[in-house]
Amino acid sequence: MVSLAPDRLARARAAAASVCDPELPVLTIEDLGVLREVRADAGGRIEVIITPTYSGCPAMHVIALDVETALLDAGFSNARITTVLSPAWTTDWMSVQGRAKLAAFGIAPPVGAAGRRALFGLDAVACPRCGSARTEQVSAFGSTACKAQWRCLACREPFDYFKCI
Amino acid sequence: MPTTSVTFTQTPLLAFTLARADDALVLGHRLSQWCGHAPMLEEDIALANIALDHIGQARSLYGYAAQLAGAGLTEDDFAYLRDAGQYRNCLLVEQPNGDFAMTIARQFLFTAFIDPCWQVLTRSSDATLAAIAAKAQKESAYHLRHCAEWLIRLGDGTDESHARAQGALDALWMFTGELFETDAATQACNDAGVAGDPASLRPLWNACVSGVLAQATLRRPADAWMQGGGRAGRHSEHLGLMLAELQYMQRSFPGAQW
Repeated sequence: MVSLAPDRLARARAAAASVCDPELPVLTIEDLGVLREVRADAGGRIEVIITPTYSGCPAMHVIALDVETALLDAGFSNARITTVLSPAWTTDWMSVQGRAKLAAFGIAPPVGAAGRRALFGLDAVACPRCGSARTEQVSAFGSTACKAQWRCLACREPFDYFKCI
Repeated sequence: MPTTSVTFTQTPLLAFTLARADDALVLGHRLSQWCGHAPMLEEDIALANIALDHIGQARSLYGYAAQLAGAGLTEDDFAYLRDAGQYRNCLLVEQPNGDFAMTIARQFLFTAFIDPCWQVLTRSSDATLAAIAAKAQKESAYHLRHCAEWLIRLGDGTDESHARAQGALDALWMFTGELFETDAATQACNDAGVAGDPASLRPLWNACVSGVLAQATLRRPADAWMQGGGRAGRHSEHLGLMLAELQYMQRSFPGAQW
């Protein structure tokens, strides 16, 4: 009989939660809300549920591999990684801690609550470097699917903004 | 000897799923052809990002198609081993990139259709399609905003950009009627509560297109002869040429993996 001790599940969860996003190395997949659940089946096999930020997020494959490796290092040799699409990921799932880490890293965290934005609405994004609200969007798309390019009109620095979806 | 073709039993649900998947893959591939060629760096990145969203959607949909078809098929089999006659995408998405105005006009006309289409599909009785749509509709809303802004900028820009944007709309207009056609597969899916009737999306599309064209000071082309056939596998020559490039590796080295 395989032990299903709560501490075993907690260890597996801690291992999965320690994995960082390869494109945003300051954030763990738990901070991002990409890690949905860690559970054990009747036989004690660990299953980790993850969800992509965007349909085409190229980091998902690496994240799945990193989770598998982290669990292997923690002594779980046959963990299963399952990707689910529903419910659809939203920036609302990013933790408060995650938002603070992003800002400290120089990426403006998503502003406001997620939802279908008005077609021509504009965000008011504070500069993550100097805090000025005098900023403008350079491009709606950025270096990864989840970011847009902005610039600060006060300190003149360009910065990434984590799109709110 | 690895297989170089794919055979499966067509069902209405599979046909409907493949139509959505093929639209996404073909448009995604077209947009990816801009990578390194767009008029400015920011737009190069934007088009590649949009392409990536479409290809991600296509992967989810082909994965589901493979599950529906069974027989050990994979998402790659649908993308790489079907000839043009087996593709069910609409003709609009396979049209060549042309200049930047043509690409933006094509993207806008298609996205004004697919965005409400995804929204309807989030309420599908099919849980997998509903889940794929729930992700895709966030992406399409963002794409719609981006290409609408560009169309307004081009139409209400210089004489040159206006003329090019108007020319693109005029050239692509005959491919817009097909978006709202209901074939037997779509009708069966509609009856089963899996999909909405594409014709019901037309008022939303009309309102969106007319609103943006007015802001862009562009003339809405008159509805005249509409070209169809893509959903039945009758494509323009452009699709075959595109697939020759997309499928080159699997055609030259069947079963190649890395």
